[in-house]
Amino acid sequence: MTAPLLQVRNLRVEFPTRRGTLLALDNISFDIAPGEILGVVGESGAGKSLTGASIIGLLDPPGRIAGGEILLEGRRIDNLPYEEMRKVRGRQIGAVFQDPLTSLNPLYTVGRQLVETITTHLPLTESQARARAIDLLKQTGIPAAEQRIDQYPHQFSGGMRQRVVIALALAAEPKLIVADEPTTALDVSIQAQIISLLKRVCKEQGAAVMLVTHDMGVIAETCDRVAVMYAGRVAEIGPVHDVIHKPAHPYTVGLMGSIPAMDEDRERLLQIDGAMPRLNAIPTGCAYNPRCPKVFERCRAERPELMPVAATRAACWLHQAAHKEAAV
Amino acid sequence: MSHALVEVQDLAKIFDVSPPWLNRVVERKPKAFVHAVDGVSFSIEKGKTLALVGESGCGKSTVARLLVGLYKPTQGQVRFDGTDTAQTLAGPGGQALRRRMQMIFQDPYASLNPRWKVQDIIAEPLLEHGLISKPEALKARVAELLRSVGLSPVDAEKFPHQFSGGQRQRISIARALATQPEFLVCDEPTSALDVSVQAQVLNIMKDLQRQQGLTYLFISHNLAVVRHVADQVGVMYLGRLVEVADKAQLFSAPRHPYTRMLLDAIPDIHMSGRARTPVQGEVPNPLNPPSGCSFHPRCPHANARCKSERPALREFQGVRVACHAVEEARI
Repeated sequence: MTAPLLQVRNLRVEFPTRRGTLLALDNISFDIAPGEILGVVGESGAGKSLTGASIIGLLDPPGRIAGGEILLEGRRIDNLPYEEMRKVRGRQIGAVFQDPLTSLNPLYTVGRQLVETITTHLPLTESQARARAIDLLKQTGIPAAEQRIDQYPHQFSGGMRQRVVIALALAAEPKLIVADEPTTALDVSIQAQIISLLKRVCKEQGAAVMLVTHDMGVIAETCDRVAVMYAGRVAEIGPVHDVIHKPAHPYTVGLMGSIPAMDEDRERLLQIDGAMPRLNAIPTGCAYNPRCPKVFERCRAERPELMPVAATRAACWLHQAAHKEAAV
Repeated sequence: MSHALVEVQDLAKIFDVSPPWLNRVVERKPKAFVHAVDGVSFSIEKGKTLALVGESGCGKSTVARLLVGLYKPTQGQVRFDGTDTAQTLAGPGGQALRRRMQMIFQDPYASLNPRWKVQDIIAEPLLEHGLISKPEALKARVAELLRSVGLSPVDAEKFPHQFSGGQRQRISIARALATQPEFLVCDEPTSALDVSVQAQVLNIMKDLQRQQGLTYLFISHNLAVVRHVADQVGVMYLGRLVEVADKAQLFSAPRHPYTRMLLDAIPDIHMSGRARTPVQGEVPNPLNPPSGCSFHPRCPHANARCKSERPALREFQGVRVACHAVEEARI
């Protein structure tokens, strides 16, 4: 196995509030290999977007990294001074956000925004940068790029804007792209186009992607590996095929069962009763224990760490027992 | 064929989106109209679910609002149990008709008054329609409604902010059910919810349909959800119905090229790694829709006739499709 591009080690993010400190991310660890697409999936409030924001160094105060480290190509980036981090962001890590309208400046033409990004990070002249910008727009599938480069964001449709945002993220040839719900605001037919575009351009440039989404279908089509998050923790992580077809964590089982499928008929969907706990009331032990159909005493007392289960790793005591039995 | 509870005939809604009068005079701008819904006809049988699917801007929410009388149709009519709704709602029988059809909205955060207790929210339609007036009876009825959607009677004393999104959507359902309606219009009831919570809400809606014989019009952009809840499915594109079929038929043998494209575009969790058919183009501007069949610029089967002549919704082997290519047996 090659050296990982990105390493996240025991990351903890907390939000100090008047009523005590909330732990939003609790001991998150994962790696992304060069050129790999890692999906991060979970329900609202699971901490997927926060993980992305911590990696690109755009954690909104009062949120702060309280422990652990983030390494990009072996170099720590979580404690860099603001100006240093600005150079990393854009040059080495690109970002694509959910809403393409708010990630573009409405007062500047698309070309000016692209040229600015390119000249900031790469040693190119204005005209070289413009040529590269047109190239990027063509690469992202924008027709008549030579004319459209001088237009403003409002003259583009939603799907076209997201293409521009992807072009912006790729402008300085970053090694890693953090894409936070890049297709959630788009219609299904456009979503399909954007997902295949993201996949294609990242492959062409050899960029790794961390794809944050709540849509399991998008994950299945796009990613190599997937991390399932629950209440600020990683519940399960492993190759996409294994996590979808042989989920090890009861939460993943429930999540997969609650998605209406296109190719089977069920009278009722599998439902997970209750809701994800609030950050100020995370249960002791496994955070999923109040909703888990297979809960036993140990789950209520002790928090499970990720442990290997077949091809994936899951944070669940069920597999500890299986592990021991197998060993004995 | 059994009795159709809701019949929609040639329904159309045109919105005037013209620039202000001064701009029209000074800048010589013409008047502009959007045909949000353009000649839609369908019927829903009692106790069944019709789902309308389509991408944003195709007019599905406008149809929902026309059906419950939140908009007045520009043309065509909606018949509910044999009577014309637009006329009845304007006349003295409107109150009685409103009691029989209710609506569930998309955003459970915006559709509940944050300053009212759940008790008052659910009791409002009961008081409005004069169904129950005694406080004890009202309280008992609210408790019963809360139980029917899987909430507890003690929740009646809470405010909406004390509930999660899925619980709020259940409160909306309880409110809609308060007057014992026969027909529920659900406009994207689960699209603001997480999947595990969506499953809870969909299960409750199906249980209630079975118990009370409700008829649903279910609006959604999510084909997998539609496949789960619907009996019949109507696919809309730019204000028109392009295909209406039984669920099984639509999903196993889609006829219209747009339906095929939509089905191809859904990422399916069980087809890990499968490459899907690329989708061409985007939805055109509804202010300036293409001539002929409005789907022709994106359609792989379009020919000269599609560019000039608008196809009508015709029946082919039990499926209603608006497509020249299907009619000419080219596809």
